[in-house]
Amino acid sequence: MTYIAKPKLHHPALTPNALGYLRRDYEGSVSTLCAGCGHDSISAAIIQAAYELDLPPHRVAKLSGIGCSSKTPDYFLGNSHGFNTVHGRMPSVLTGANLANHELIYLGVSGDGDSASIGLGQFAHAIRRGVNMTYIVENNGVYGLTKGQFSATSDRGSKSKKGVVNHDAAIDMVSLALQLGATFVARSFSGDKAQLVPLIKAAIRHPGPAFIDTLSPCVQFNNHAGSSKSYDYVREHNEAVNRLDVIADRKPIEVDYEPGTTISVTQHDGSVLSLHKLAEHYDATDRIAAMAYLAERQAEGEIVTGLLYVNPDPGDLHGALGTTGRPLNSLSDAELVPGQAALDRINAGLR
Amino acid sequence: MQPTRTEGPDYYHKVVDCQWACPAHTPVPEYIRLIADGRYDDAYMINWKSNVFPGVLGRTCDRPCEPACRRGRVEEEPVAICRLKRVAADNKSDVGPLMPPVAAKRNGKRVALVGAGPASLTVARDLAPLGYELVLFDGEPRSGGMIRSQIPRFRLPEEVIDEEVGYVTRLGGVELRLGQRIESLKGLLSEGFDAVFVGSGAPRGRDLDIPGRKEAAANVHVGIDWLSSVSFGHIEKIGRRVIVLGGGNTAMDCCRTSRRLGGEEVKVVVRSGFEEMKASPWEKEDAIHEDIPILNYRVPKAFTHENGRLTGVTFEIVRAEYDDKGRRNLVPSGEPDEHHECDDVLVAVGQENAFPWIERDIGLEFDRWDMPEVNPVTFESTRKGVFFGGDAAFGPKNIIWAVAHGHDAAVSIHRHCMGEDVHDRPPPGFSLVSQKMGIHEWSYDNDISLDLRHRVPMLDKAEALKNVRVEVELGFDSRLGFAEAQRCLNCDVQTVFADNLCIECDACVDICPVDCITFTEDGEEADLRSRLKAPALNLDQDLLVSGALATGRVMVKDEDVCLHCGLCAERCPTGAWDMQRFTLEMTHAEQMGGAA
Repeated sequence: MTYIAKPKLHHPALTPNALGYLRRDYEGSVSTLCAGCGHDSISAAIIQAAYELDLPPHRVAKLSGIGCSSKTPDYFLGNSHGFNTVHGRMPSVLTGANLANHELIYLGVSGDGDSASIGLGQFAHAIRRGVNMTYIVENNGVYGLTKGQFSATSDRGSKSKKGVVNHDAAIDMVSLALQLGATFVARSFSGDKAQLVPLIKAAIRHPGPAFIDTLSPCVQFNNHAGSSKSYDYVREHNEAVNRLDVIADRKPIEVDYEPGTTISVTQHDGSVLSLHKLAEHYDATDRIAAMAYLAERQAEGEIVTGLLYVNPDPGDLHGALGTTGRPLNSLSDAELVPGQAALDRINAGLR
Repeated sequence: MQPTRTEGPDYYHKVVDCQWACPAHTPVPEYIRLIADGRYDDAYMINWKSNVFPGVLGRTCDRPCEPACRRGRVEEEPVAICRLKRVAADNKSDVGPLMPPVAAKRNGKRVALVGAGPASLTVARDLAPLGYELVLFDGEPRSGGMIRSQIPRFRLPEEVIDEEVGYVTRLGGVELRLGQRIESLKGLLSEGFDAVFVGSGAPRGRDLDIPGRKEAAANVHVGIDWLSSVSFGHIEKIGRRVIVLGGGNTAMDCCRTSRRLGGEEVKVVVRSGFEEMKASPWEKEDAIHEDIPILNYRVPKAFTHENGRLTGVTFEIVRAEYDDKGRRNLVPSGEPDEHHECDDVLVAVGQENAFPWIERDIGLEFDRWDMPEVNPVTFESTRKGVFFGGDAAFGPKNIIWAVAHGHDAAVSIHRHCMGEDVHDRPPPGFSLVSQKMGIHEWSYDNDISLDLRHRVPMLDKAEALKNVRVEVELGFDSRLGFAEAQRCLNCDVQTVFADNLCIECDACVDICPVDCITFTEDGEEADLRSRLKAPALNLDQDLLVSGALATGRVMVKDEDVCLHCGLCAERCPTGAWDMQRFTLEMTHAEQMGGAA
């Protein structure tokens, strides 16, 4: 942690985005996490993505549970709405908030403890209901806040800082998300912003449940030899299947790749995901193949990263429920209390 | 790109922009921290060692440090370095006991110093503690040279000059022979001195030979001579309407002095455009503040006169034209000439060296501009044992350059007198010391003040214009001095990077408030500069490039706008970043040993 606040002075060359905000305007208060924590890099990536997407800060709601990861919403988007829930209950509160006002951009930030242990059921149901949100798990495979016990995502056979071997099987959040019906699934690494920032941007533009599992080394308790979530281990075993550019509003493509290696996926809102293939034959729109590929590479000990699956035309919870389409706070008394005639009609329909 | 070489003194010295820009390389951030800490005596002594005249320079320095100040690149204005120096001088207690002791024994060497101005006094300052016998000659009845004769008293009180000249003359072995102008170098050399230092300045004001000059002579004065007469009390009045010709700092002193001696309608008229004037921006500001208009693009054509009395000046109006090479030419604008009425004219169009007293047959070569040939490193002339410094060496500059020359010449004189090679000069010493005191504790205040530059309080204008001897600037009091000192970014506390400790976690990249740090693929410098987190467009500022890291990438830090806040080091989990204070030990004669 740091005692002084980050000085307000900034590089003179910073340019404002379409809303007139500098990247620095999307920051929050100064982090109190340990020096070198991967989570701080994820916060920086979120700040960068929000700035690049010209997000109006007051239209973003950031929700989190408990844990190191769940502290981070304080450190980014200081002018957005925030809700720090009970441990593991972020998905329910987010679902409720989304039902009440689907016009906000929902950013769920959680950790491996919050989402894979105490909140696993919550995570599963928010995903399978198709809540339109960006759900980021800051996954360090360890309970850092309680000084280094294995978490539910620690790989079997990996070692704790004290040398204890983990005997339990690991929960793979990406496989779960794919199985449960997330329509945007990615994995990335806090130490690779070139990959992470476009994924966050794409996830925010994705009009359905978007999940990003972000490996985020815990420098204090899980960055030693024998750990499978250390900076070194992740760098050595990182197998990116693609590189992503998010092209919002038809801006020209900035990177030239060899022809035939790039596919474009146009999302429902008009944003284009330009995917540069790194793994041959990998098709990010084929969910079944993605699950098979992941299982196969995981068995080899590799960590597959990139945009693993995207359904360009997903549905969401509001579509399924046929809700009003307007935020509840914008409904008038007349709409909220339609009167005896309407009640009679409903009752008649149930007879 | 090759990893940056930080081994010698230069790399980190250059990061301290102010210290690098100062001809005497005064450790600016160090003394500013001491001022913030209320340690005025220590702040004063650091200055005294580097620049000999902290009280004088804190009021009059040309401040090359301020345009260089990093703060000026991250917000609107640089730190008021010069006026902070004055804070140390104003608030110190008796520093007499902190001065070097009189040498225990004389070393038997005698050095003649021609001129008792800043250059000669600096030589005396450096050599006296080593046991030299120093004889200063000056044609004027008082010591100090141009500090006393040309700088008006409303900018620099007499007591300050007396005090700081006194610190030098009290060092022992210093003899002042005032009112004794050296008329022959040959004669001086025959007196058996072991070395001679010429610090006689650039004493001749340039005149303006245009029609009417002779006829109107009684009311046309050469600026520096006139200022000198005012300083020594020979002149106490000037006409009601005054025109000052010239756009340098002397012109600014002339016009402001005129305002205090009865000049009610004083104007400055310059040939060039306002922007290109030689005067420092703040001196122009001060003149304008005293209701002195500055008229530009006007070339004086003739002095008009009636019955042997000046009536005014006629000007041709010109405009600037630039040729293909960007050179400026002043060409007639075609507008009719202008006539400005006045009672007195002050000519401040430059000054020159004059060495009528140096014989041309003594082995001392002069170049085609009739300037002595002086080695720019050793300050020795072509005659062994005769050294030059200050304005006498390379033409008119300013006090701080004279001081820097004096230090270097003193080194040479010392080597010469010890029978050693004057070219054999050790490089400055330096050290880097970690400032880490604890987990979030540094030995310097790393929180960045957001204050904008504080204005120096001034005496009420009406009061100030009444008396040429009343100081117009009141100086920062200790409260304002503290606030201004806090604006300093502590650029001497360096970000030092150890590649072997870095785990590439990006923590420093994420926390850096000014996007200085990038981890990227290696490349040539121009290429690297273009693809940093914030492009490094200021080519005067270096890149700190690491060796290859574990991923094969390199760490690149652009020094340009680093705030030296230390957050990179605070957020670094492995101590790969550390904040280390850079201290430069300039090579002065006293460091050379071999004497006393």
